[in-house]
Amino acid sequence: MAESDNIVVETAEKIFADLADPQTINNDKKNSWQAPLWLALTEAGLPLSWVPDDLGGSGASLADGFALLNAAGRFAVAVPLAETMLAGWLLAQAKIASPEGEMTVLPASPKDRITLDADGALSGRCRGVPFAKGAKHLAVLAHGKDGVTVALVDASKGRIESGLNVGYDHSDTVTLDKVQPVTIKAAPKGFDQTTLMLMGGVARSLQIAGALESLLDISVRYSNERVAFEKKISKFQAVQHNLARLAGESAAALAAATSAADAIANAKSFDDEVYLEAASAKIRCAEAAEKGGAIAHQVHGAIGFTSEHILHRYSLRALAWRDDFGSESHWAVELGKLVANRGADELWPLVASR
Amino acid sequence: MTAALRFDPIRLPEKCEQLRKEVRAFLAEEIAAGTFDPHKPNREDTDAPEFSRRVGAKGWLGMTWPKKYGGQERSFLERYVVTEEMRVANAPTRRFFVADRQSGPVLIKYAPEHIKMEILPRICRGEICFAIGMSEPNSGSDLFAAKTRATKTDGGYLINGTKIWTSSAHIADYMIAIFRTSQPTKENRRHGLTQFLVKMKQPGIQVNPIGQITGQREFNEVVFTDFFVPDDHVLGEVDGAWKQATSELAYERSGPERFLETYYVLTELVRAVGPNPDTRSAEGIGRLVAQLHTMRRMSVSVAGMLQAGKEPVVEASIVKDIGTVWEQQLPHRVRDLAAFVEETATNRQTLERQLDFAIKTAPKLTIQGGTTEVLRGIIARGLGLR
Repeated sequence: MAESDNIVVETAEKIFADLADPQTINNDKKNSWQAPLWLALTEAGLPLSWVPDDLGGSGASLADGFALLNAAGRFAVAVPLAETMLAGWLLAQAKIASPEGEMTVLPASPKDRITLDADGALSGRCRGVPFAKGAKHLAVLAHGKDGVTVALVDASKGRIESGLNVGYDHSDTVTLDKVQPVTIKAAPKGFDQTTLMLMGGVARSLQIAGALESLLDISVRYSNERVAFEKKISKFQAVQHNLARLAGESAAALAAATSAADAIANAKSFDDEVYLEAASAKIRCAEAAEKGGAIAHQVHGAIGFTSEHILHRYSLRALAWRDDFGSESHWAVELGKLVANRGADELWPLVASR
Repeated sequence: MTAALRFDPIRLPEKCEQLRKEVRAFLAEEIAAGTFDPHKPNREDTDAPEFSRRVGAKGWLGMTWPKKYGGQERSFLERYVVTEEMRVANAPTRRFFVADRQSGPVLIKYAPEHIKMEILPRICRGEICFAIGMSEPNSGSDLFAAKTRATKTDGGYLINGTKIWTSSAHIADYMIAIFRTSQPTKENRRHGLTQFLVKMKQPGIQVNPIGQITGQREFNEVVFTDFFVPDDHVLGEVDGAWKQATSELAYERSGPERFLETYYVLTELVRAVGPNPDTRSAEGIGRLVAQLHTMRRMSVSVAGMLQAGKEPVVEASIVKDIGTVWEQQLPHRVRDLAAFVEETATNRQTLERQLDFAIKTAPKLTIQGGTTEVLRGIIARGLGLR
């Protein structure tokens, strides 16, 4: 997905290039870039890509939306684009129309849970909710006595404890205490919190893969400029081999993430095969974020450790995104259980089915 | 973006899945008939001539080649399925694998027509075995330092020198080798090597066995003494072998054999931990499966590029780099995870025997067919670093 060949991605890349230049953003201590960027994205209909026209969105395909998230990762975009997309997607599952403005989705962790009581009120505490502060609405997946429901909640009705993730983006704790939703409807049959986590995990995987593409790009360029011991550092074999490994990690992340996105875009249901794809993507992309990010920093030396340099915009976000919608440890345990439960002789058929 | 490395999510077409069923059924029959034991990768001798013929009779050798040479004109993706199923079953593929993957395609590209008509159908029937003559006692990764001479004589060349670490030379009917036909030039140190087809099992060729640390017998030293090769056995351009070598690497470097060589220990680990693993085992297995799935998706993607007529040399090198490091580490990770397997696990002994062999196999995986260092050099060149 290095060069875009679809109109959604082209539109987004143009907006990112114009309004989300990493160096400009990095120099801007007042965050004055945020409002114009969000406005441009909204005017282009991108935050509600996954919401059908009749529910207030722009009705892009799942595949186009995934490609958009990969592009957003390449620019390490720090506005709630992925979150609003996921929120709109979740609401659309239950045929709930999306309102205007920033949204986020909860729970954002497999362990957290929101419950629906007999009075139709929502309660529960969710940690690590990305961009909850600043969101106008929350798309909530809740468990009631009649099963799984999806609700649209006015964000001001929840209590938000502000926090920052490793990448300095908002990652907040949201507490709902008997909150009456704006709208609430039953989730479609078979849709549960795991479905939401898998979808969120693939979104984050694509963003990580995008960030790694940029980390590779920036590191290769820097190694061809920086001189040490009287030659460009790109001419040292140790540096070349590190960058070759970074290319491998970047390629693995991109392959895993785009494969999982393709699997979901073409799936009839979230079966074991989609589970393998989505869980693997999150696990492998998270590993790549660690290994690849470390190499990018190693190549840059001290300059990459400074806040003035743009490197951390990509490296720290890639690391932070590991935590959302289930960490790699969570998915590894769950995938391992699934594989063990299917039995040894069913492992290869599962892998080969993809 | 400088690095446009794409691994598009290629899916195997439906006809591949039908083929997969046929291959699995065939292998199940062979296992039932006692041809090989899928749980025993450490067989003393993995040469299985009759099995090779039966694979050939199925039409699974030279699958992608033109029909006039005995091929089936099927896709790289279909060949991919056959290769991975054979590999996962630990089938004895040694006799035909090199010819099918590498030697046949070289002959199709560079051999004269009458040689192709003579040899390719025999590969497709599973009758003949090929070896590759690259390394020499003083040249391994540095391919272009090869010294074994091919001296022009009437109607052909006289070969003198030694090839080494040559897998399967003791059973091979043919070798595709590079020999020195002239000295390198100042401008091009790669100049002066020529690719030849060598008929083995003849006077003038002595094959000496070399033991390996696994206890298996694959390696050989091959000594040529005034061995005559006729002119029509020259493959491609005289002195120009270096131009021919690189594009073939994509075929050699990205297949399922580049990450599945020790796969059997993962299957056996899953069996040993049973249906309700503890958290530690589950996490370990989950990570390994995620890594395996990712590599396979990359590898299938490269097969798709080959099918589309591309030469994905850098992408293939990435697959081999990541894949071989993974299959090298796999037995050690499985050993870690197996440390707390119950004494009562019924396959405990099988797993231990497999680990013993896989751990001994592991060191070669990042050396054969292009070392990790060579691969990273190729990737670095693709990134514009050299």
